[in-house]
Amino acid sequence: MAEPMGFFTDTTVCIGCKACEVACKEWNQLPAANGGVRPLSGDSYDNTRRLDGIHWRHVKFIEQFSADRRQGRWLMMSDVCKHCVRAGCLEVCPTGAIIRTEFDTVVIQSDACNGCRDCIGACPFGVIDINPVSGTAQKCTLCYDRMKVGLEPACAKACPTESINFGTIADLKKMAQARLGQLHHAGESRAHLYGTDEAMLGGLNSFYLLVDKPEVYGLPPDPKLPSRNLKSSALWSVLGAVVLALTSVISFRNRGTHDA
Amino acid sequence: MPSTFFTASPHWRWLIVAYFFLGGLAGGSYFIATLMDLFGKTRDRRLVHLGYLIAFPLVCLCGLVLTVDLGRPERFWHMLIQSETFRPMVKAYSPMSLGAWALLCFAGCAFLSFIAVLAERGWLRWPALRQLSPLAPVGRLVTVIGALLGCYVAGYTGVLLAVTNRPIWADTSLLGLTFLISAASTSAALVIVLGAWSGVSGEGMRALERFDGSVLVLEFLAIVALVASLGRIAMVWLNGWGVLLAVMVLGGIALPLFVRWRRPISGPIGPVLVLLGGVILRAVIVFSSDQLP
Repeated sequence: MAEPMGFFTDTTVCIGCKACEVACKEWNQLPAANGGVRPLSGDSYDNTRRLDGIHWRHVKFIEQFSADRRQGRWLMMSDVCKHCVRAGCLEVCPTGAIIRTEFDTVVIQSDACNGCRDCIGACPFGVIDINPVSGTAQKCTLCYDRMKVGLEPACAKACPTESINFGTIADLKKMAQARLGQLHHAGESRAHLYGTDEAMLGGLNSFYLLVDKPEVYGLPPDPKLPSRNLKSSALWSVLGAVVLALTSVISFRNRGTHDA
Repeated sequence: MPSTFFTASPHWRWLIVAYFFLGGLAGGSYFIATLMDLFGKTRDRRLVHLGYLIAFPLVCLCGLVLTVDLGRPERFWHMLIQSETFRPMVKAYSPMSLGAWALLCFAGCAFLSFIAVLAERGWLRWPALRQLSPLAPVGRLVTVIGALLGCYVAGYTGVLLAVTNRPIWADTSLLGLTFLISAASTSAALVIVLGAWSGVSGEGMRALERFDGSVLVLEFLAIVALVASLGRIAMVWLNGWGVLLAVMVLGGIALPLFVRWRRPISGPIGPVLVLLGGVILRAVIVFSSDQLP
C-alpha cells in the first residue's frame, strides 16, 4: 500500500480566488448547475454556497461584519471531502460503491453506486450529494486518477497561494505544525489545527489550519461515526419487539369466557 | 450547535415516508397474523388470513417504492449483489444493507404464506401447497421466520435513520422502537378495518382491538420517551412540525383510545385515525430533519 496521502489546507493564506473550484470542475468534468445560470446568493460574494454532487471543492467566504459595517473580517476556506480514516459514508454504503484506496483516501465508484443516498446523511461534514447527471452520489476523489500517474490533485496544482498543500500525511502534519508554530510566534494565538487529532474519526486525511472555532467555518466541533447509534437503537428495537410479542400473546389468549 | 447540524440532507422525501409506512404495515400485519395463528382461536382464522393476504402485496409495493426512489433504479440489485464480482453484498453494520436482505427474505416468506392462504381458502388447487399452510410444520416454520423478519422490516427503518449524522435522527436511539410500535398499531388498525369491511366480527376482532388499544398506549409512551431523549434538540419541533406531531398524538392515539373506551366496538373511525397517525408520525420525523440545514 502506498503511503497515506491527503491535503493540508492553510486557511490563513487563502484569498478566495476559487481557482481550486474551477480546476476541480474542469478536471473532473463536473457539469454546471441550472444550465450554467447560477442564482446569486444575495447575502455573500460566494454563490457556490456548499459542497454537493457537482461541486467537490468549495471556497467558503465567512464574512463577519458589525451591524454598522465599520468593522469586518473575511475568512476564506477551501472546503473538500475530509477522506476520514474512519469514514461514515464507507460504513453505511450498502452497495460497496464507496471504497478506501491504496492512498488511504475514500472514493465513490460511480458505476457501482445506485443513488440510495444513505452516505449523504451519514457524512458528518455534509460533503456528499447526488450528481443530477449521473444520478449517483459523488464527492472529491482526491483526484485518484491523477495520483495513479504521479500527479498532484488539480485543486492543489491550481492554488496560487499554496493554501492547499498535497502530500503524504506525515509530511503534511510536519508542515502544519511548523506553520502553526510560526503563527503562534507571530501572535496569532487563535490558530489551531482541525482534523490532525486521531480522536476525530481516526484523523482526517484532509485537515485544516483555522483561526476561529470550527463552527465559524461550518465544520462540526465533534464529528462522529453514524454507527455510534447502531447498538443502542437495535437493542431498544429488540426490547420493543419483545414487549409487542408479550402484548399480543396476552391480548390474543385472554379471551372472555364466552369464547370458549 | 450540535455536530449533527453541520450535515447535508439525503433528500429522503414522500417515497421514503411511504416506504416506512407500508413496510411497517407489511411486517406488522404478518407479525400479528402469526401471533394470532399461534396463540389465538381457530375462529380467528379469517383475520389471520387477512394479515397474510395483506403482507405480500404490501411488501411488493415496498420494493417498488424503494426502487423508484433510487437515483439509478436499474441498479437496485447492487444492494444485494456486488456489481463487479457478483458475490453477495452484505454489510452487517449497515442497516440499509441488512434491511435490503431482510426485505427480500421477508418477501419470500410473505409470498409462501400468501399462496398458502389462497390454497387454504380453495382459490388455488395444488395439493403440495398444503405443506405451506400455517397449520403444517413447514408452513409454521415459514410463518415464525417471516414474523421475525417482519418485525425487523417494521423496525429497522428507525434504526436506519439513527445510523446517520442528521439532526433529530442521529440524536436519539428510540426511532427504531417508535417505528416498530407504530407499525404494530397501524397494522392492527388495518386488519381491523379490512376485517370489519369483509364482515368479520366476534371475539377475534375484540382481541385485535384490545391489542391495538394496548399498543397505542405503548406508542404514546414511546413518543414521549423519544421527545425526552432528544433533550434540547427537541426545541427544533417548536414549529409546524411540532404542531403536526401533537395533532398525531391527539388524533392518531388519544382520540382512537377515547372512541374505543366509549364504545367497545368502535367502528372504522378509530382505526382509520390510527393509520393516518402512522403516516403523520413518519412524515414529521423524515421532513422535520430534512428541512434543517
